[in-house]
Amino acid sequence: MRAMVYRGPYRVRVEEKPIPAIEHPNDAIVRVTRAAICGSDLHLYHGLIPDTRVGMTFGHEFVGVVEAVGSSVQKLKKGDRVMVPFNICCGSCFWCARELYSNCQNTNPNATAVGAIYGYSHTCGGYDGGQAEYVRVPFADVGPMKVPDWLSDDDAVLFTDALPTGYQGAEMGDIKEGDVVVVFGAGPVGLFAAKSAWLMGAGRVIVVDHLDYRLDLAKSFAQAETVNFTQVDDLVLLIKKTTDYLGADVCIEAVGAEADGSLFQVLAANKLKLQGGSPVALNWAIDCVRKVGTVSVVGVFGPIFSAVKFGDAVNKGLTIRANQCSVKRHWPRLLEHVKNGLIKPSAVVTHRIPLEEIAEGYHMFASKLDNCVKPLVAPSAALAA
Amino acid sequence: MAYTAEKPRIAPPRSVLETSIVGWGVDLDPRNRPGVPKENFNPRGTGAHWDFPERQIPRYRREMSTEHKFLTPVFGTVCPPKGLSGVLRRFAYKLSEGRLAHWNLLVLADRVDVIESRIGALFRLRPDNAVSEIGLKAEIERHGLRSRLGQRRADTKHLPIDILFFTGTTLATVAAIAAAGIGVARLASARRKRGLARLLG
Repeated sequence: MRAMVYRGPYRVRVEEKPIPAIEHPNDAIVRVTRAAICGSDLHLYHGLIPDTRVGMTFGHEFVGVVEAVGSSVQKLKKGDRVMVPFNICCGSCFWCARELYSNCQNTNPNATAVGAIYGYSHTCGGYDGGQAEYVRVPFADVGPMKVPDWLSDDDAVLFTDALPTGYQGAEMGDIKEGDVVVVFGAGPVGLFAAKSAWLMGAGRVIVVDHLDYRLDLAKSFAQAETVNFTQVDDLVLLIKKTTDYLGADVCIEAVGAEADGSLFQVLAANKLKLQGGSPVALNWAIDCVRKVGTVSVVGVFGPIFSAVKFGDAVNKGLTIRANQCSVKRHWPRLLEHVKNGLIKPSAVVTHRIPLEEIAEGYHMFASKLDNCVKPLVAPSAALAA
Repeated sequence: MAYTAEKPRIAPPRSVLETSIVGWGVDLDPRNRPGVPKENFNPRGTGAHWDFPERQIPRYRREMSTEHKFLTPVFGTVCPPKGLSGVLRRFAYKLSEGRLAHWNLLVLADRVDVIESRIGALFRLRPDNAVSEIGLKAEIERHGLRSRLGQRRADTKHLPIDILFFTGTTLATVAAIAAAGIGVARLASARRKRGLARLLG
């Protein structure tokens, strides 16, 4: 099969790989019809995540058709059209039993500090991902779900990560009626977080970024107010003035390890790998939120330390909620919202790329060219179908 | 205001939000939010029909975190550790996740892996191509100049540093090959001189 393969920082290409095999009785093999490149894939692409091995296939957002199932699979059969959460989860460990699927203990041998994720280095379990023609899907009875007939592949692929992650970002903020919510990051996750904040009753939603084309989408898609942080002297002061010096009630950090805004942090964290990620947006969130407010973090960081303003967090009495999204837990409610026309997930999609052009896709997405917000990838056979 | 008991009123009234914002408030009640409460004990509702999963059989000595009691029942099998990078990785996995050295060794192994893989690709006659793998065609096809010039972006400031870093591994590979070549040449030369000296007595 054709598959994207990592060749080192900033380098990917498409190679022939064997079609994955059933390795466990509850595995399924899924033929990918649509995949996506995530903002967090860029951390792998830039060499930030430890134990990222040459030859790995990335891609934790994908939908497809079941081609084969293991002997113990009960829920799925060949031919089923499925969407697969980015979490690889067993359904039976301490965390899965409590619906905290992103924290599964039984699927990632390489680390206990994170659950298993498709195509996200050996730190997340060493599984190939879906930027390929086929992918091995463990625990097919637990993770994947049949895609409803009324949901397109383009919308369904946003269900595998970005949409539920944005929703959980807002949910972890414990938003109350009338709250002022500031969302850092106008990528797909930030846009969905802003939209979700309104669903949860926010009074004002402000999105912060440095890319004007994404802020325009925040206005049109998420009906949010926007701030380009390169155009203000002091972002924290601006938020304080906007909130009559109280501070925001909730700040949602949807940027993660490659937050820009400080050349020093870009160098120290992203280039020299001295930190798990640039904490610029996280520190802004801590500073912009009011005392005893909530900071919700869905941005992805690497496993080593980052220079976070923890003293401020303590002194301000903040609640900090953070986690990878437990995707399938949010599906029923989100499917209702999409079916009722409240959210159109594929509205954030800006590019559709054949798998063979994935190197250009990564470069475009990483360099933010051509007003790229969310690129989808499809194997040639899927595009031809 | 913040200096008195009342919360500052800076948001529009509910009546305005309900009519102007699509879907406003449908999940205002936390009982409608699927992630509330955070922990919802529901072991029969996950889809699992086992208490502990059947074990996958490892085909090689699978590396694992020291913070696991045993190898997880299911695990990824791609890219087993190999070469010098593999030695570094196996050593890194002797240290717990709480040790900085664990992660730094893995990052070092990643860099060694890249150099080993570039050399290996040459021998397999499938050499890496910097231009196509970096996707530089996108700079033309996807309007690199227009996307950056005249924009209020924060990242254009560090573009020269970005370019330096993404050509860095190529430079490191070339340096490694050059150093190895020079070393081999010197060894061969020294052996030739010793052989000549023995011949001349």
